[in-house]
Amino acid sequence: MTPSVRLQEMIRVIRSARTQGEERGIIQKECAEIRAQFRQTDNGERSHSLAKLLYVHMLGYPAHFGQMECVRLIASPRYSEKRIGYLGAMMLLDEKQDASLLITNSIKNDLSHSSQYVQSLALCTLACMGSSEMCRDLAPEIERLLRASTSYIKKKATLCAVHIIRKVPELAELFTPSARSLLSEKNHGVLHGAVVLITELCERNAETLDKFRKAVPELVTIMKGLVTSSYSPEHNVAGISDPFLQVRILRLLRILGHNNDSASDAMNDLLAQVATNTDSSKTAGSAVLYETVLTIMDINSESGLRVLAVNILGRFLLNNDRNIRYISMTSLQKIVQTDHNAVQRHRGTIVDCLKDQDTSVKRRALELSLALVSPVNIRSMMKELLIFLSSCPVELRSQTASGIFNAAERYSPSKRWHIDTILHVLTTAGGDVRDETVPNLIQLITTASELHCYTVHKLYRALVKDISQQSLVQVACWCIGEYGDLLLKGECEEIEPVQVTEDDVLDALETVLQSHMSAPATRGFALTATMKLSTRITDNVDRIRSIVSIYGSCIDLELQQRAVEYNALFKKYDHMRAAVLERMPLMEKNSPGHTNGDSSGEIKEPEPAKTKPVEPILLSEPANQVCDLLDLLGGTDTPVQPSSAPTSTATTTSSADLLDLLGGLEPTPVPAVTVYEKNGVSLKIQCDSQTDTDITVTLIASNSTQNDISNFTLQAAVPKSVQLQMKAPSGNVIAAHGLGQVTQTVLLNNPNKVSLKMRVRVSYSDQGTMLQDTVQIDSFPSPSWNSQPSIGVL
Amino acid sequence: MIKAILIFNNHGKPRLSKFYEHYTEDTEQQIIRETFHLVSKRDENVCNFLEGGLLIGGSDNKLIYRHYATLYFVFCVDSSESELGILDLIQVFVETLDKCFENVCELDLIFHMDKVHNILAEMVMGGMVLETNMSEIITQAEAQSKMEKSEAGIAGAPARAVSAVKNMNLPEMPKNINIGDISIKVPNLPSFK
Repeated sequence: MTPSVRLQEMIRVIRSARTQGEERGIIQKECAEIRAQFRQTDNGERSHSLAKLLYVHMLGYPAHFGQMECVRLIASPRYSEKRIGYLGAMMLLDEKQDASLLITNSIKNDLSHSSQYVQSLALCTLACMGSSEMCRDLAPEIERLLRASTSYIKKKATLCAVHIIRKVPELAELFTPSARSLLSEKNHGVLHGAVVLITELCERNAETLDKFRKAVPELVTIMKGLVTSSYSPEHNVAGISDPFLQVRILRLLRILGHNNDSASDAMNDLLAQVATNTDSSKTAGSAVLYETVLTIMDINSESGLRVLAVNILGRFLLNNDRNIRYISMTSLQKIVQTDHNAVQRHRGTIVDCLKDQDTSVKRRALELSLALVSPVNIRSMMKELLIFLSSCPVELRSQTASGIFNAAERYSPSKRWHIDTILHVLTTAGGDVRDETVPNLIQLITTASELHCYTVHKLYRALVKDISQQSLVQVACWCIGEYGDLLLKGECEEIEPVQVTEDDVLDALETVLQSHMSAPATRGFALTATMKLSTRITDNVDRIRSIVSIYGSCIDLELQQRAVEYNALFKKYDHMRAAVLERMPLMEKNSPGHTNGDSSGEIKEPEPAKTKPVEPILLSEPANQVCDLLDLLGGTDTPVQPSSAPTSTATTTSSADLLDLLGGLEPTPVPAVTVYEKNGVSLKIQCDSQTDTDITVTLIASNSTQNDISNFTLQAAVPKSVQLQMKAPSGNVIAAHGLGQVTQTVLLNNPNKVSLKMRVRVSYSDQGTMLQDTVQIDSFPSPSWNSQPSIGVL
Repeated sequence: MIKAILIFNNHGKPRLSKFYEHYTEDTEQQIIRETFHLVSKRDENVCNFLEGGLLIGGSDNKLIYRHYATLYFVFCVDSSESELGILDLIQVFVETLDKCFENVCELDLIFHMDKVHNILAEMVMGGMVLETNMSEIITQAEAQSKMEKSEAGIAGAPARAVSAVKNMNLPEMPKNINIGDISIKVPNLPSFK
């Protein structure tokens, strides 16, 4: 009797259990029986017991006591016992268990068994859970099986070889010769396995890749055969003959043709043929087309073919099937770096996908939309993105918000638009923005001096309406404190004038101070703002004094400290009050590596000219820090200028910054290392940010010759396991005499932490002659210690 | 490569779980629960692709699933597999099961777990797609189960009797039994091994 019958009885009994506890009881009883079974000597029942144990294991109950039984059953001469033993080995054993070594010998014997099914069992198990030692031992056997015997065994041996190579990469050379000969097989299963094997070999080793390039014509022939062959019922899936094999071959062609002109030429015809002839009404056809598109984009194909590929993707986008839309957006994401314009054509459809009901599709559409933002379409895109923000699912909010901020920073057509956009985001999704938004916004507002009046009016109105969004409230308080006089004057060209009295303003600030919704940081902002108003308003100074003195006994330490200091300002240092609380000076923006966000797929341009990159970077803090400084210096008479206080963060906690003040560390300018200098053209590399696996560098090119150079392009290559992403350069003309420079940001992702090297090819034309040169960069400069923002300790 | 193949029903009970990468037993159960949680939230008409849960590798891995009646078939794959291809593979798998079990339903999968594993072993090996030709898979699976049955010995006699009666070729029975004659035509029964 096959194991199934007994197993079925047990399953029936387990299913009849009505509660979890009952089920557990039944299973415990069964496990005890199974254990007793195993202890007995050989009889025909052991395979049934193991089958029952495997079922119990699937339900989640411990089954480790079955491991030795598996070993015993595998060694049995009977096929049914071997079969269940191997299944048990795949499910219960793994390389960490000692028992797995014991089956190595059995597998070895079974690999040369007379029955092909026994051989296949052994191959299957080795491929699923073979450890490196087992693989090393048995590799010659597998290699032998690759060449001899039936196609059934051959295809299994091929995939087993793939597993071996994954576990023990050094054995790859053992399989290379047989792999090539397998390509001439007729059986599709074997072909499929062979293509997988070759793909694995090529991905691991560049020399093998070169060797297999010679196989490109053969692969092309096979593909042609598949595409043009008549209907063959066995491999047919929805009208396409063996789409699985087609997809695999296309993927291998992609690897072989990447960065290689001759191989790519050989494939061009084939790819065009597949792209035009495949019917994409069913999923199978779409899968083949999709793979074709990816291959076209990855190899050095001719431009006509690339246009065809992007058009196919565009067609996919309009498809009703959501799966296909998702897939096409994933691939457009990969292309958007290199063929930006082609993807721009489909912007409308992509933006429409933002309104789709499916979260996965929305996520893809969001990433793609953020990547497509450019100076030309910024206004319309932003409108769409803001609408999306108000209705998007919660998990996408913070990504949307930070994406919007980045886009706004880069491409805002005017300051006022920028501020409006940020305010809009803060009112809709203030809870999901990052902490750095507040100081960034404040800094932005201070630089837009002509808009102070407008900004403070808008913020005041937003504050009065709603005080729950903390970031918005913080910014609003700060602005009201700074520009309160403009608010009270009441006139502003850009919005209708509303008369705001001093009492109204103080009421608003007091509401914030007293509300339970305000975070401690927000209340700190509000208190300081109230204090600053004491110099800006005339009538209600007493009210301010009383507010401030109340908080002198507040439980919150921060507020209490501030209140006490402000009280001191009123009482002992009243003569200094005006000077201390005067308007803040212009704040400088931080280094580029700091503020640019983390949304992927964006084209970053170098910071606009309003920042001065070479000078030491000063990060000054809001005015409340000044009072702390006063305290530190023991209340001396010398007024301290706020701008000369170097601190590390712009968050509102004071104690950590005090420590930093004491340290007095001046941030050093970020170093740029020259890597190439020839014929007056020099290339510097500057590291913007570095983590364990990622490094962002900027390449800066300058020209000290007499003439402008044009068509300046940089190409880069990195070691295999490192991923490279080059952003759009700032331009391709470098002015002469060192007057201008071109910068290009490069992102490197190094998950395996190999030593980073980069080869850069510089090409430009100088007075009509094209020049090219290559430079190898072996060491990357490390960034200065604080080009990463350090969040305050408290 | 394919990291895991899971089949569970609408309430999250696992009907088949095959992992091609090693995880501890607890982690395996957690993965099943997490996957069920992610997949059951999905609407009927959204796309069949999901980012993987945290346990099974996060955003590098995708969950590709199909919902048939009461069962979810979920394949957890990494980025080297073609998503649409895997979707087709799920379809081929289900059609193969249908051919093997004749109008397969959830109960078939519950009570014949080992047979499902054997069929799956013919399709996917070590996390890689082995064979996609339905007739080939079925032929091999049947040949192997025949081999098992033939080994069963005396204990298998009742089962073999049942299958023998099923296979008996009734039209071969003589239309008339000549009672007057001593010799009676006996039908050809397949010989017991």
